[in-house]
Amino acid sequence: MTGVAIVGAAECDLGSTGKSTLTLQTQAVTRALADAGLTLADVDGLATTGVSRFSTTQLAEYLGLEPRWVDSTFVGGSAAEMMVARATQAIEAGQVSTVVISFASNQRSARSRSLGGVVEEHTPEAQFETPYGPLYPLSYYAMAAQQYFHRYGGTREKLAEIAVAAREWALLNPAAFRYGAGPLTVDDVLAAPMVSSPLTVADCCLVTDGGGAVVLTALDRARDLRHPPVRVLGYGERSTNTSMTAVEDLTVTGARESGREAFARAGITPADVDVLEVYDSFTITAALSIEALGFCGPGEVLDLVQDGRIRPGGGLALNTSGGGLSYCHPGQFGVLLLVEAVRQLRGEAGARQVPDARVAVAHGTGGILSTHATVVLGVRR
Amino acid sequence: MNVPPPDDVTAGWWDATREHRYTLQTCGSCGHVQHPPRALCTACSSTVDLGFVGASGGGVVDAFTVVHRAPAPGVAVPYTIARIRLAEGPIVLSTLDGEDWRIGAPVRVGWLDLDDGRALPVFHR
Repeated sequence: MTGVAIVGAAECDLGSTGKSTLTLQTQAVTRALADAGLTLADVDGLATTGVSRFSTTQLAEYLGLEPRWVDSTFVGGSAAEMMVARATQAIEAGQVSTVVISFASNQRSARSRSLGGVVEEHTPEAQFETPYGPLYPLSYYAMAAQQYFHRYGGTREKLAEIAVAAREWALLNPAAFRYGAGPLTVDDVLAAPMVSSPLTVADCCLVTDGGGAVVLTALDRARDLRHPPVRVLGYGERSTNTSMTAVEDLTVTGARESGREAFARAGITPADVDVLEVYDSFTITAALSIEALGFCGPGEVLDLVQDGRIRPGGGLALNTSGGGLSYCHPGQFGVLLLVEAVRQLRGEAGARQVPDARVAVAHGTGGILSTHATVVLGVRR
Repeated sequence: MNVPPPDDVTAGWWDATREHRYTLQTCGSCGHVQHPPRALCTACSSTVDLGFVGASGGGVVDAFTVVHRAPAPGVAVPYTIARIRLAEGPIVLSTLDGEDWRIGAPVRVGWLDLDDGRALPVFHR
């Protein structure tokens, strides 16, 4: 348990916005501060990535800030969860008082995403992996799914439930890209065009504009602000690989140790978790994370998610926004896992509200199952 | 095909491919075998005594995926990508012919000659 809380949370515009990344960043930061009842004048710490090569100075100057503390830990989709840990430690150490963690991109409007990914010529992967033409990151997740099916007898049908359930949640979220798109069926997922077997287009997250921000400060200060504080109860992380060939067993991810440490720090077990927000870059990403975090035993996750258990009203409230699969996916989705967790814990989630949610977990995954970071959040009721 | 030039550490590995020899970086201090080549041994941290030793060229399919969408314009699909677990232990990436593969299938190294005299190892049945 820590002495730090999230006191503000917001999204920027989502979908296909036609706006620049810095405009979307500005929306995210100012809306999260307004949500907290704070202004930029209260901010002395800033954490962000994906703006430019020097992301924190770029955004700080744009906002007119000279921060006392910055962090631009560049680890992809788990960055925001790692930043919560860094910010919590810096606030507890007295180095900084109020930190904004933000991310935004206009990747749909800018058409900036490529299936081959970005590979730097000086890296070993450029010599030893890229020449073979893997989709990056997709082919790695596809191989993980193939290996998982082989080991445990899982099927594409069972895995598809992750996407089907995400759509059910998105139908309850007016901000979701697929809100109003109607339900998705297992057959829809299986019949969608194959991208990198066994994963079809419907196993893959959206490509949209969007982003969000959260505001953190010390608990004693948080109590004077607009909303009940959402406490940072625990955090943990693991970084496991950069290439497609380093990890021995693709079915067990760094989420296992990341989660174990976060839960121990928070003094909870998976049974205490009311809301679980995990990065669903692909259906298999979510499945492997749920299993590694200890919500079931090895080889059990595809059975766990059946029978409506992860759909609205089921026993495990998973990705209640609709996730990267059906809500929004600007890349580096980690910050939006936190935003949704905060809304659920405050009871602000409208039609998709999980009754009486008191403990939420946000778990980010970056790169090719490369980085894993878990944050446990909680409220008193 | 664009394969970036070798660097100081990988040059010896690529040189062997000119003669279609599959080698693996091996630590003379502790015997550890690793790939890709590095400036240190990840098992014992030695930065000396690292050399390239001939490998069997055999392995098994560890995982695979059939790519149906091109990573870049002009690339023909579908094709199969796989992780190959070499007999010596390290895992490497390769393409495979055809789509009818299973995990555990044995494979052997073959060569795709590059314009600059090097060759790219490509595993096959």
